[in-house]
Amino acid sequence: MSILTYNGSAIIAMMGKNCFAIASDRRLGIQQQTLATDFQRIFKIHDKLYIGLSGLASDVQTLHERFVFRHKLYKLREERDMKPSTFANLVSSMLYEKRFGPYFAEPVIAGLNSDGSPFICTMDLLGAKQFSSDFVVSGTASESLYGACESMYRPDLEPEDLFEVISQALLSSVDRDCLSGWGGIVHIVSENEVITRTLKGRMD
Amino acid sequence: MAAVMVEEAAGFSFDLCRRNASLDKLGIKPPNVRKTGTTIVGVVYKDGVVLGADTRATEGDIVCDKNCEKIHYIAPNIWCCGAGTAADTENVTGMISSTLELHRYSTGRRSRVVTALTLLKEHLFKYQGHVSAALVLGGVDNTGPHLHTVYPHGSTDTLPYATMGSGSLAAMAVFEAKYKENLTREEAIDLVASAIKAGIFNDLGSGSNVDVCVITKDGKEMLRNFETPNPRTYNRSKGYVFPRGHTPVLSSSVKKLGDLVTVEDASPAAGELEAMEVDQKP
Amino acid sequence: MDKGPHGHVERPSWSPYDNNGGTAVAVAGEDYCVIAADTRMSTGFSILTRDHTKLFKVSDKCVLASAGFQADAKTLQKTLDARHQQYQHKHNKEISCPAMAQLLSNTLYYKRFFPYYTFNLLGGLDNEGKGCVYTYDAIGSYERTGYSCQGSGQQLVMPVLDNQLKSASPLVLPAVSSATPLSEAEAMDLIKDTFASAGERDIYTGDAVEIIIINRKGIRKEVLPLKKD
Repeated sequence: MSILTYNGSAIIAMMGKNCFAIASDRRLGIQQQTLATDFQRIFKIHDKLYIGLSGLASDVQTLHERFVFRHKLYKLREERDMKPSTFANLVSSMLYEKRFGPYFAEPVIAGLNSDGSPFICTMDLLGAKQFSSDFVVSGTASESLYGACESMYRPDLEPEDLFEVISQALLSSVDRDCLSGWGGIVHIVSENEVITRTLKGRMD
Repeated sequence: MAAVMVEEAAGFSFDLCRRNASLDKLGIKPPNVRKTGTTIVGVVYKDGVVLGADTRATEGDIVCDKNCEKIHYIAPNIWCCGAGTAADTENVTGMISSTLELHRYSTGRRSRVVTALTLLKEHLFKYQGHVSAALVLGGVDNTGPHLHTVYPHGSTDTLPYATMGSGSLAAMAVFEAKYKENLTREEAIDLVASAIKAGIFNDLGSGSNVDVCVITKDGKEMLRNFETPNPRTYNRSKGYVFPRGHTPVLSSSVKKLGDLVTVEDASPAAGELEAMEVDQKP
Repeated sequence: MDKGPHGHVERPSWSPYDNNGGTAVAVAGEDYCVIAADTRMSTGFSILTRDHTKLFKVSDKCVLASAGFQADAKTLQKTLDARHQQYQHKHNKEISCPAMAQLLSNTLYYKRFFPYYTFNLLGGLDNEGKGCVYTYDAIGSYERTGYSCQGSGQQLVMPVLDNQLKSASPLVLPAVSSATPLSEAEAMDLIKDTFASAGERDIYTGDAVEIIIINRKGIRKEVLPLKKD
């Protein structure tokens, strides 16, 4: 077992037309035993910037607190929100700083740029950035998610259609991974609104 | 204000090492990191240097990025192909490019390839191979065109043609068969592209597209996705269309976000001020 | 020969097994069965050949697809072929697909403690002419399903098949047919797409996919090129 698979997780982000969606499962487990079915892995940094963290739950929560702290300091100094790409660089350097004793978490970052265009990005646990113009995935179900997204993803979807695609990709994938699932949560963020939905999934 | 500022020390932090080592002792496997399996090459030709790279990044046997960039910026006249752990190649080239930028401000001269080479090897040697970056460094400076390879432990080579990464043998086979001295620009680009393609098709760690970068004394030309020999071969004619409302939902909420509005100053001096955009609070 | 720290003779470690990668998919319909596998054979980061068939025609109504270690797959195919010939001499007829499925299970379990390192799918038509797919583990545990997938791209393909073809649980009463509701052409369309998708992300799947279609009219083969990187 690798420590990244200790708690189990599944996270996806997808780009739509002037919008993005970010989704995760809701399970927290210790290996095969499920502890909670309402665990949060996707966090809001500001209205148009979200981060999903897969991997070890304790590191996920520690990192989340550190990211929020750093973003608040940035806001005090700069009097504005961080751009998604700036935040990605912050996350990357905070992870790489611990190159030889890493946090066991892999981030997925999704946000809207100031011109309204979507931004999505993922990293490994050392902070190697990978930008994408379609979808990014992370977690113990990542292989299933790659397969599902590779088939189901289409570019330039409207928010409601993007919701269906990301939800179907998530639900199909976590059903083939024993360590993730137990429902899902999806955020669809566009210029004017954020839609948050919890999904009905298999609870086994 | 100063009291809450986080001025963190530069360099690596080792404060999680003891925790992680204790997990190691429990027999827990160290996690996979993203690697660039990679074919990267470079060749010196008549007027400069041509660098080439494939665009596949892998995590184990899965492709995690089909079109990544492996030719990194070092200086306007020096570029560097990276293979190995993705985080290391990204950061080591970034760090050295920053150092050189400052060095240029301080000296007012163009950076030299040997300077970059020395900085890279000193860094890599210091970490005894644990920073696992294998590099092909190329550039043109006042002393002419240069091409070097840098190994993860900090040893270096100076070569007329060089390959690195898991596809290095496939690519080197092409160089050994076709390389000659005083290549023209077109011949050099062709040779680099076919060496990269040898890696793409024969090494499973390399794939997707060919990136090429040509550096001469007059500047550089980045030929991103110079060739794209691997398009998807089939798409389902029916597609995967899910009607709206198809997915069962337990709860749904909508949060309206404030629009950006233009606020104009109505005071007499308004004409002097430009209208500015502010975030309206809902 | 050199003595190791414990006084034993040290030999370089050697494994009788290799994994040559590859993906196999099968879908059963009401009156057809489609079974497909890519043609890449690889080891480590090298491609051994781009044109190696993982499909083996056992009879006119039964095809076996084996991913995993191709030396074991070849031996398995030879063994099954020999057993099938004996069966024909004995019973004066070709073996049925369900009978072959049981024979394959027995053959695999016979080597329980030195298994064939193969991941098998058996596809064909049953005695009523309905499509059937049997899916196995390496030591002969098997199940009849409406669709399945084996090999290096299994994790990538399976959720897509689930999403498009999910059928009723085999435990529900009254029993529901396990066959998929798709037409033969739709099943072909889906299978080709899943291989194209798997070829994008799995480094061991590529070069080409061979698709065998078994129906009332007989048996035919199609080949779709895949990415070669």
